[in-house]
Amino acid sequence: MTSSGVRGPGPDAVFAAGLEDGEFRIQRCGSCGAHIHYPRALCPECGSADLAAVRASGRGTVYATSVVRVRPEHGENYNIALVDLAEGPRMMTRVVDIAPEDVRIGDAVTAFVGEIEGDKVVLFRPAAAASAGDAR
Amino acid sequence: MTGGLRGAAAIVGIGLTEFGALPGRSRMEIMAEAVRCALDDAGIGKERIDGVFGADFTDSLIGLTMAEYLGLNPTVIDGTNIGGSSYVNFMQSAALALHAGLCEVALIAYGSDARSAGRAGRGPGPVPYETVYRPRQPIAAYALAASRHMHEYGTTREQLAEVAVAARRWAALNPAAFMRGPLTVDEVLGSRMVVDPFTVRDCCLVTDAGAALIMVKADRARDFPRAPAYLLGIGTATTHGQIACMPDLTVTAVAESAPRALAMAGIGLDDVDVVELYDAFTINTILFLEDLGFCAKGEGGAFVEDGRIAPGGALPVNTNGGGLSCVHPGMYGMFLTIEAVEQLRGQAGDRQVEGAEIALCNGNGGLLSSQVTAVLGTGAAL
Repeated sequence: MTSSGVRGPGPDAVFAAGLEDGEFRIQRCGSCGAHIHYPRALCPECGSADLAAVRASGRGTVYATSVVRVRPEHGENYNIALVDLAEGPRMMTRVVDIAPEDVRIGDAVTAFVGEIEGDKVVLFRPAAAASAGDAR
Repeated sequence: MTGGLRGAAAIVGIGLTEFGALPGRSRMEIMAEAVRCALDDAGIGKERIDGVFGADFTDSLIGLTMAEYLGLNPTVIDGTNIGGSSYVNFMQSAALALHAGLCEVALIAYGSDARSAGRAGRGPGPVPYETVYRPRQPIAAYALAASRHMHEYGTTREQLAEVAVAARRWAALNPAAFMRGPLTVDEVLGSRMVVDPFTVRDCCLVTDAGAALIMVKADRARDFPRAPAYLLGIGTATTHGQIACMPDLTVTAVAESAPRALAMAGIGLDDVDVVELYDAFTINTILFLEDLGFCAKGEGGAFVEDGRIAPGGALPVNTNGGGLSCVHPGMYGMFLTIEAVEQLRGQAGDRQVEGAEIALCNGNGGLLSSQVTAVLGTGAAL
């Protein structure tokens, strides 16, 4: 068995480069059509290496939600959620622009690229509050 | 159907240290004390050990460290780490090695200074696509599962609290348990919220503790002084590593591991006398009771009401007080199997389940990621 000869940045690097450009990228499998996130080198559905980065629609639904309680001297409480993307994959995130305890399972949310402590990350906000420039 | 490893191996020695705070003592010192107790319990010297099994969150080469520290020259070394369930999984690995004749006396051992060192358990990691959100694992993953269970099935915080109260009532009967004082549902609900919907009393202890267990091939088991606890069935399964990849947060891999373990043992749930579950968080007990089949999916909250799993209830669950009130040093797996052995030997004192012949154990690892179900039984159940 020989190498497939793959060169260049891998799926993790492509995702990270997207964040730097303000774009949320997921993957689509050219073999079975599944959408994938987090990014991988092989499709977890069918095993194919034919995966391409595509711009996510940014549309999602809250699947599970919680609040991490922070002692007041250390900062503020924040939301932790699992969001089901319209394309299928589920991801961890924070839902922001809403009180963390007010996030409800089933809420429609919209993705944007934000920051947590200097790291570029995909965050979500309530869909009703989405503004121009979101979900690129 | 029975078969596989049914009756292939037996536990003939168990050892525990004190639970709680053991300041000034290292992980290896704590582990070694438990090994000494297990050797004494089995009535053998350490030179008989030729299989070493261990996992650790801080030492990825723990099998080598253990063999060196104890002065052993094992023919089988296994350091497979699948989280806190590793120490239930090791009973499968050890039984396989014993059955194949690769070793004759297997030592499974663990020591932790988690409380004194200020170090709790953890999930898989680092996981870049989750860690960046600072989810405070492992608590958040289990809290998310609880949120989903509450949403889909109407499970309440009061029902979660019932799990903690039942564990405390068992702990009150166990002189070795770390937290034995009275606990009410209102006290659980009124405790400091950590990660919604969990208060600190929905979360397991963080203790120091050591445990050790000695297994031999079943046909040698009666050569040892204690009544053997036979491995009747075992099954292991995984659904994910990080929590976003769990297909359904209300259904654990116990739904796969338990039927295989029960089939290997050739028993049904009606045959089970005592149940030991990995209760790192209150939702665990509810999820596992459902996935084991003691009640239907979604009915676990109602199932644990009215003291059903507490002392005097219909189903004895977590009879040592569990990870919630007895001991939890980061990897709880072996503590639940040792409690099962104590019950099967009839040496569990005030918390003894009368006539216990078959115990069902379930180890959980990672972020609800790995599940190992084991059935242990007395000689009469073999």
